[in-house]
Amino acid sequence: MHPAPFAYKAAHSVEEALQLLRSHEDAKILAGGHSLIPALKLRLTQPALLIDISKISSLRGIRRENGKLIIGSGTTHREIEKSHLVAEASPLLASVAPQIGDVQVRHRGTFGGSLAHADPAGDWPAAALAVDAELVIAGAHGTRTVHASEFFTGMLTTVIQPDEILTEIKVPGEGTPGIYLKHRNAASGYATVGVAVTATHDHGRIGTVTIGVTGATPVAFRASVVEHALNGHAVSAHLLDEAASHAADGLECLSDIHAPAAYRSQLVKVMVRRALGKLLHA
Amino acid sequence: MAVASPTRAFGASIRRREDPRLITGRGKFTDDMHLANAATAMFVRSPHGHARIVSIDTSAAAAHPGVLGVYTFEDVKGFISGMPCAWPTTNTGDTLKLATYPPLADGKVRYFGEAVALVVAVDPNTAADAVELVTVEYDPLPAVINNEAAVAPGAPLIHDSAPGNQAFRWSLVGGDTNGALAHADVRISQTLVNQRLIATPLETRCAVADYNPASGEVTVWVTSQNPHIHRLLIALSTGIPEHKIRVIAGDVGGGFGAKIPYYAGEALCIFASKELGVPVRWSESRSENYVATAHGRDHIQHIEVGATKEGKITALKVTAYASLGAYPSTAAPGVPTWLFGCIIQGPYDIPNNEVHVIGVYTNTTPTDAYRGAGRPEATYILERVIDLVAAKVGRDPVDVRRLNFVKKDQFPFKVANGTLTYDSGDYELTLGKALHTIGYTDLRAWQAEQRAAGKLVGIGVSSYVEVCGLGPSSAANAMGFAGGLYDSATIRVHPTGKVTVFTGVHSHGQGHETSFAQIVARDLGVMVDDVDVIHGDTDKVQHGMGTYGSRSAPVGGGALRMAGMKIRAKAQKIAAHLLEVAEEDIEWVDDAFRVKGSPDKSKTIPDCAFAAYMAGNLPAGVTPVLEEQHWYDPENFVFPFGTHICVVEVDRETGETHIKRYVAVDDCGEIINPMLRDGQVHGGIAQGIAQALWEEAVYDENGQLLSGSLMDYAIPKASVMPHLELGHTVTPSPHNPLGVKGIGEAGTIASTPAVVNAVMDALSPLGIHHIDMPLRPAKVWAAIDAASH
Repeated sequence: MHPAPFAYKAAHSVEEALQLLRSHEDAKILAGGHSLIPALKLRLTQPALLIDISKISSLRGIRRENGKLIIGSGTTHREIEKSHLVAEASPLLASVAPQIGDVQVRHRGTFGGSLAHADPAGDWPAAALAVDAELVIAGAHGTRTVHASEFFTGMLTTVIQPDEILTEIKVPGEGTPGIYLKHRNAASGYATVGVAVTATHDHGRIGTVTIGVTGATPVAFRASVVEHALNGHAVSAHLLDEAASHAADGLECLSDIHAPAAYRSQLVKVMVRRALGKLLHA
Repeated sequence: MAVASPTRAFGASIRRREDPRLITGRGKFTDDMHLANAATAMFVRSPHGHARIVSIDTSAAAAHPGVLGVYTFEDVKGFISGMPCAWPTTNTGDTLKLATYPPLADGKVRYFGEAVALVVAVDPNTAADAVELVTVEYDPLPAVINNEAAVAPGAPLIHDSAPGNQAFRWSLVGGDTNGALAHADVRISQTLVNQRLIATPLETRCAVADYNPASGEVTVWVTSQNPHIHRLLIALSTGIPEHKIRVIAGDVGGGFGAKIPYYAGEALCIFASKELGVPVRWSESRSENYVATAHGRDHIQHIEVGATKEGKITALKVTAYASLGAYPSTAAPGVPTWLFGCIIQGPYDIPNNEVHVIGVYTNTTPTDAYRGAGRPEATYILERVIDLVAAKVGRDPVDVRRLNFVKKDQFPFKVANGTLTYDSGDYELTLGKALHTIGYTDLRAWQAEQRAAGKLVGIGVSSYVEVCGLGPSSAANAMGFAGGLYDSATIRVHPTGKVTVFTGVHSHGQGHETSFAQIVARDLGVMVDDVDVIHGDTDKVQHGMGTYGSRSAPVGGGALRMAGMKIRAKAQKIAAHLLEVAEEDIEWVDDAFRVKGSPDKSKTIPDCAFAAYMAGNLPAGVTPVLEEQHWYDPENFVFPFGTHICVVEVDRETGETHIKRYVAVDDCGEIINPMLRDGQVHGGIAQGIAQALWEEAVYDENGQLLSGSLMDYAIPKASVMPHLELGHTVTPSPHNPLGVKGIGEAGTIASTPAVVNAVMDALSPLGIHHIDMPLRPAKVWAAIDAASH
């Protein structure tokens, strides 16, 4: 790897990292580095300073508070995959983690890094949307909390400002059943399409369904039309078929050499249907 | 694994002796050669597929601190003006248009990634910074990527010296194909695309050159499958005398054909080292490897078949448009012609066949051999054709294979175009064993049940014969190859009885340090661990032609066997002398020369070696020292064969293919090391499945490589490989000294059509008969979707 020259500073607290961000115009945050380093290698990005936040212990860890899971942004995919707390409190997150990259990647890549990078083929954005995660962002004037539905603003862009850092993510922790289905790009292993679904049901009646979709479009989204068609209705195969068949209505899907838009659209419908089937047993 | 007895060394699954070195990081790859004061070379590469170079401004780069030199074509052309082509072949008169292949772009770039300027700096980071400081102004030209479009009227002209972008026309004709087509009960026309592939060895290409101005000698470490051929081509292209050049290809991390060619990268390291007076190193990035190292395959094939109503194929006519890419690489013209056309009838007795190849230039990376090289392209045609004929006449594809096979009693078998004589074979044997292993009859019944339940399940069969063990030299010369295809071995028995073997072939993953030691251990009656195998250094090894075309065991191994027999013959004289008996009164039994009737009176090869070293008590006329050399030029190629069967399920809604079972029965003659054989088959099948399902080099219409990294080019991962059920039969080659036939390419040749045939069988109830590779889910789903509307 022969990147353009850059300076490197390791921050030891969020405050220090924020201070560095404010005092350097052309700085980038380095966490797990799994998106940033390939870009540096290809010289697609040439920042003057890298601020390494991977050594900030307060950004790392998983705990439960007031019924919610609190996950530090620097927590690795592997830590989430191995967490009994996550398995119990958020089956959806537990389903996503082992499907990211490979073991080596999961040991380095971070939950917060993936969300902040907002790759259209990233896995976590779909899950964050489906569990209605709250994202805590620290800046010069303290912290602010943003819901996942407002967090992603476009391809590779979020509401995080250049002088801010994503510090933790709050996720409902009631153990709502959830599942992530992923169609992997055979080359990259990224999601051609990924669907993250949670669903509750009681005595044959659907409670609440949430559906996050990644990979299909420039920015991950909630399939609200499908959710509304299902919430509160009696479970039936026909209902799930019908609802899922509208999962791609109106989508302007991405297109590349692996998957034309029409194929991504098909995958959204099929995978939403299959995920619903697994959770609702129909 | 220790083997108790030398006699059992041959045929034992001995673990690779090179692995402890390689897996503990103690291998010596080219990039591991760190010489004092070495500078780093890097290239400025074209961002266009086809463009005129208006200007190149190197001044900022040259002025950058730490930069030692910046060079363009004008600077280097006095040292090397063009990359040589070693297989300038055609057989249809004077149609070969061998375009000049400059080491750096000369006025024009003709493919994306073509080197335009060379930057040499004190270290890699400085070189990379300086590359960005070279300003090249381009005038983009229309590009042409498609092989048929390239030779269509009005196509953008790539080389003035090759009108219509045609590099050559080449033909082989056997029998009366047009007549047989006219009288056929059934006729099928089909176009097949054999897509462009990127070899992707784990180790990219590297070179380190160290020119000594005082002696005029140059040492070049290079990632090569054939260091002596590299040495020759360096000498011919640069004028450095051949005996002043030492080429070292130590540990090489995979080649797959892409490390046969001689490239500008290594030549320009020599240039820069000579120019600057320091060693110069260059190491490709993966992205650079994807544009700068030869690609493979890339045919568009039009096929016409005639058959009887029973499915006996009476005529096969193939017209193939094969891309050489933008320039003719070292062996490029030979791959889509001789290596493809000679074997066009495969394991089948097709009395009338014709193959016509139009070699074309396109605005793409030059192509060359890629694992199988020509033979997979031919096998894919035949195996798709058999299934298409079977569907047309309503018979099981296995029955159609049987009907068309060359029969066991027809060997030696001369093919209709007269180019090859198959040495031995029993195609029914491998087919039968594969069918038995997979339980074919039950499998077809299971398929019927699954289909009734709405599942898309398919069974694909692929039978093949390949032509391997390249030479003999007479055939190579006749085919226009600028070299012999013999090989060499030197066996040196040291005074202590330890053995060093020097082989002219090259190991870059094959495991010769193990398998070749097994060959010699048996012949000399010594332990495998007492035999070391040296290869890959032109100053250590006598001449040799390197490794490709599954030639290491048949040709390199054949040479070893013959040299071993020379050692035995000399040692026998010494043994008889030491035992004080006549030569005819001793025999070679249990790893020693023993007196007939008194087996306790014996001498081993190490005993004889010590006597030969002492030299005071040798029989008359016997020279000191026990060392022999043999140059083996085979009398014929060898012809391994086999049958692979693949079972798939295709997901109707997503188009994904899931391989449920995979059976491979290969016959490579005698087996030196079953574990290494299995490893070769595993790797070959992985690459072949990958061609069927995933791999494809994709260019856009401007010549940009869209699949330019591992993010977009899908090599097979262990996690997606099915379990492979391997079997074998043994039909020795009658003319090879070891009876071996070669196994390195078999998996790649057989597996691709097995998988495609299985998927097409799965889709046949929908009326789908062919989809071009790779059978990516999106493409398969689109076909299913179109068929159901």
